[in-house]
Amino acid sequence: MSQIEMQGVEFSYRAQQDKALAGIDLKVEKGEFISVIGANGSGKSTLAKMMNVLLVPDKGSVTINGLTTSDPDNIWQIRQQVGMVFQNPDNQLVATLVEDDVAFGPENLALPTEVIRQRVDQALKTVGMDGYQSHPPHKLSGGQKQRVAIAGILAMLPDCIVLDEPTAMLDPMGRKEVLETISRLNREENITVVLITHFMEEAGLADRVVIMQEGRIRKTGSPREIFRDTGLIAEAGLDVPEVVALANQLRQQGLSLPEVMTADELVDSLC
Amino acid sequence: MLIELKDIRHIYQLDDPVVALDGVNLEIERGEFLGLIGHTGSGKSTLVQLLNGLLKPSEGQVFFEGRDINSQEVELKEIRRRVGLVFQYPEHQLFEETVARDIAFGPKNAGLSEEEIENRVREALELVGLDYESFKDRSPFNLSGGQQRRIAIAGVLALKPEVLILDEPMAGLDPAGRRKLLELLIHLHRELEITVILISHRMEEIARLADRVLVMDRGKIVLQGRPAEVFTERERLKEIDLDLPVVTDILKKLEEKGLKVRTDIFALEEARDEILSALEKQSQFRESRPC
Ligand SMILES: Nc1ncnc2c1ncn2[C@@H]1O[C@H](COP(=O)(O)OP(=O)(O)OP(=O)(O)O)[C@@H](O)[C@H]1O
Ligand SMILES: Nc1ncnc2c1ncn2[C@@H]1O[C@H](COP(=O)(O)OP(=O)(O)OP(=O)(O)O)[C@@H](O)[C@H]1O
Ligand SMILES: [Mg+2]
Ligand SMILES: [Mg+2]
Repeated sequence: MSQIEMQGVEFSYRAQQDKALAGIDLKVEKGEFISVIGANGSGKSTLAKMMNVLLVPDKGSVTINGLTTSDPDNIWQIRQQVGMVFQNPDNQLVATLVEDDVAFGPENLALPTEVIRQRVDQALKTVGMDGYQSHPPHKLSGGQKQRVAIAGILAMLPDCIVLDEPTAMLDPMGRKEVLETISRLNREENITVVLITHFMEEAGLADRVVIMQEGRIRKTGSPREIFRDTGLIAEAGLDVPEVVALANQLRQQGLSLPEVMTADELVDSLC
Repeated sequence: MLIELKDIRHIYQLDDPVVALDGVNLEIERGEFLGLIGHTGSGKSTLVQLLNGLLKPSEGQVFFEGRDINSQEVELKEIRRRVGLVFQYPEHQLFEETVARDIAFGPKNAGLSEEEIENRVREALELVGLDYESFKDRSPFNLSGGQQRRIAIAGVLALKPEVLILDEPMAGLDPAGRRKLLELLIHLHRELEITVILISHRMEEIARLADRVLVMDRGKIVLQGRPAEVFTERERLKEIDLDLPVVTDILKKLEEKGLKVRTDIFALEEARDEILSALEKQSQFRESRPC
């Protein structure tokens, strides 16, 4: 049994003719790190919302650790297993104090108060927001809100985390730190990660990349496989990471280079 | 001088007051393309909200064409028509029932004719890559994040402002949308001589577009200059949570390994040529691997 199993999933928003999801088959294994890329409106956020029962399919099925999302009795159990960071933190931050917002997830897991306290402080430290415990979340800068939303998921430590463009508003160092934290949780705690992003170099960190197009999965594969297919990438309105683009350009000029994904790999193969 | 900020301090009154801007002085020329970077919470959004009077500074003055915009004789309505601001989160900007009405809001307020308004809505939607017929009657709230972002940008473009301020406009756009917006900004700036102020956490965007880069740290402007000046200060930028553009970072790393390359380059093609010619030069001196 895979941790996430989607079979023939279709979904339309009310009053919307086109299907937001038009037949999705996807399995995500426990401990896997997948990234989801695709044009605006291709269905990424809708897919994510299926994973923690914010939406349920019109047709087909979604199961999380064997629990079907269509049975309302499973909702709370599934939400304890799958934590989500929304595309817009305003939709997530609802409490009047930062610490209450971050504590929301662990409280739902019915953990002892001291453990919650400790996790909240640790999570805020990890995202560089220590000291903001008693700040009102809606009176933060855009990137600070995003950091607090991420802290909420870190404090909860669910089996699986789904992040919908979590780094869109972060400064370069913040982005690096968040991505490192996600990778570490995946590696060391075996937490399953589903990362939605418009930044191709972030997608390249995953074990497997999923390309969405018009409500369907267009292709899945390792980052190398995916970004090698430059025709498909262009057709889906995407791009290759800048490092890959530069390497491709150098190759076109006759330089022989191995396949590279990171700046360091490129530098090492040049020098 | 088009815009001038003089001795600005801005304090948000909370139980624990936050000093968001602390001693900011800035002059902006007509036709400039200004890039604004800085760590999370450094004061960028606060600063740009002063420029069209959305926020009033706690101390100091904001001048537009020499007039203090917070004085009695200046109509903020006029300033907001001429200085368009795309908010960091598009949801904060969308409020009408349909996409068409949302984008028409500004032009309507400016007293344009029905016909002109419709033209502008069509044109603005096209500029952000959305089809007029399929989107005009939809609710702006029932859209994907990137589609909302596009509507918010269209709403400001429809005003045809003289000064266009964009607070992280690329966040949420897909790569094709980002490329399109980048080209649009270049066009507006070069052909129509619009003054542009762009906030972004993506160093490559700023480096490729801006004439002048302003770097903020904890409420102050701590560094400014041409991209080639600012983005050679790697250590300084890293200290304040920023970084080099991807391409520049690669060149810098090559330089550290002994390859003689310029490091003030931000465009892919230029980097490619620089690397090729440096490799060529080196291999004239050495047999095998250049460095
Ligand atoms: N609340 C809603 N009501 C109606 N239609 C919606 C709603 N949310 C999204 N849609 C539509 O469903 C489709 C898929 O949207 P979704 O938000 O899943 O896209 P996405 O891939 O996350 O895009 P983005 O990159 O812009 O965030 C789009 O056509 C969108 O217009
Ligand atoms: N409405 C508000 N009320 C109180 N404090 C605020 C408010 N908005 C921002 N601040 C605080 O003011 C400071 C500057 O915030 P600002 O939004 O200008 O930063 P920014 O540079 O735009 O950051 P980001 O890159 O995260 O968007 C931060 O410390 C922030 O917490
Ligand atoms: Mg989305
Ligand atoms: Mg901001």
